[in-house]
Amino acid sequence: MKTLRIGSGAGYSGDRIEPAVELAEQGDLDYLVFECLAERTIALAQQARISDPDGGYDPLLSERMRRVLPFVGVQAGRRRLRVVTNMGAANPVSAAIEVRRIAAALGLDLKVVAVVGDDVLKVLQPDFLLDNGQSVGSLGERLISANAYLGVDGILEALRADADVVITGRVADPSLFLAPQMFEFGWAADDWQRLGRGTLVGHLLECAGQVSGGYFADPGFKDVDDLARLGFPLAEINADGEALITKVAGSGGRVSRATCTEQLIYEVHDPAAYLTPDVTADFSRVGFVEEGVDRVRAQGADGRARPEQLKVSVGYLEGWIGEGQMSYGGPGAVARAQLARDVVLKRLELIGVKLQDVRAELIGMDSLHGPRSGVEPWEVRLRVAARCEERSEAVRVGNEVETLYTNGPSGGGGASKSVRQVVAVASLLLPRNAVKPRIEA
Amino acid sequence: MKLHTLAHSRTGDKGDTSNISIIAYRAEDYPLLCEYLTAERVAEFFAGMREAGAAQVRRYELPNVQALNFVLPGILRGGVTRSLALDAHGKCLGSALLALEIQDLRLA
Repeated sequence: MKTLRIGSGAGYSGDRIEPAVELAEQGDLDYLVFECLAERTIALAQQARISDPDGGYDPLLSERMRRVLPFVGVQAGRRRLRVVTNMGAANPVSAAIEVRRIAAALGLDLKVVAVVGDDVLKVLQPDFLLDNGQSVGSLGERLISANAYLGVDGILEALRADADVVITGRVADPSLFLAPQMFEFGWAADDWQRLGRGTLVGHLLECAGQVSGGYFADPGFKDVDDLARLGFPLAEINADGEALITKVAGSGGRVSRATCTEQLIYEVHDPAAYLTPDVTADFSRVGFVEEGVDRVRAQGADGRARPEQLKVSVGYLEGWIGEGQMSYGGPGAVARAQLARDVVLKRLELIGVKLQDVRAELIGMDSLHGPRSGVEPWEVRLRVAARCEERSEAVRVGNEVETLYTNGPSGGGGASKSVRQVVAVASLLLPRNAVKPRIEA
Repeated sequence: MKLHTLAHSRTGDKGDTSNISIIAYRAEDYPLLCEYLTAERVAEFFAGMREAGAAQVRRYELPNVQALNFVLPGILRGGVTRSLALDAHGKCLGSALLALEIQDLRLA
């Protein structure tokens, strides 16, 4: 029985590149998948595309492709390696053009196919309601983007067209991994159990290093060997969707029952109903068996019919966030930082800056989990952040923290300030027939 | 004894909702976690951090991996993209929960 080998080359847009190259070179892979789109990445990319019509794809696309393309395609003595990625972000067509350019420059003859159709901005009507209760119409010109989470369809079409590299925009993360399994094993689109199993593989791999020892170490409780050279995971999958999670021999990190369990539950709500565009996956009876060092078998995933509607991520502008920080240390540090906080809030009020929302806290005391009991730390860092309608107001927030140098309590140091535009994301549901994935080769 | 000695955890986010896994290191401790770590207790631990009027904390059991999954709506205060929080994703929440003192009800 054929064994399919799929590796995970990135868990987010800015992820490390070396482990992906290691997988491409030494992983003996059939597919290398790069998952690079977080909730609001497309909205940010759409903004980039407005200022540059040929832009709007992942900023690391070119570097990643320069490094891995030499291992892609049909090569003597090796498995044929293909790449599937959502690095197309807001502009898969331009991303594909860029990858073709890089392949040509490297002297490679590769077929690069873009998957489009996730952009549904033109489909939205003013009376559509977002999950936060606002209507699409109420956003007016602040509306930036609307992207449906596509499933496997477009990627399957690209693979049938013999693509070596498939570049998508918004596709549900596990679907990037499920599509190659369906294509290679010929699974039907309503083979819910196998689709549930294949979705589990995708879910375990989609955050790359998070299943192979990344985001796991807790010294003395959970130790990870050679975390600095953390390797990314790969799955060995059979035609029934039964899979073994492992990584390249000699790379850092570890794959264990515990690492797999943390990733199994990551970003899952009801484990019996994990919704994707392809299947309602059931992870509630999943178990893991360690079959060797860094070799873990996943079993027990199931699936039911897919949801009738597709989730759409809607990006919109919502004012500006201004922020300032200042540190205090030594005896009385907390009292001085608290005084500094009160002074900044009072000054913002006195100069009449309109704050839609404000948060003032002491890093080292209460910034992560609110006030908790504990000994007073040697040093704390005041942090004031506020959301304002206008940029000019948000700027004042950081300024009033910075001026603590000569206008605040004694001994403040290391001021920093920043202003950023808020790109908020909400969601809505669309019927499937309103979304039409297609390929551009 | 602290939960930290019995279990490990990872936190995920979707919109303004966090999910926190609590995974027993040893299978024999799982029943204790199920008994002691109720949804109400976890809600109480994070009281004050969640939006007023947010939906209830939900708990799911995954017995084959000796884990509990807690879903906390409204704890990310408007969601990752709008939040003013330093840790807008709430990634550090699970580590906080591991500070819970667990009384072994079997010994009491």
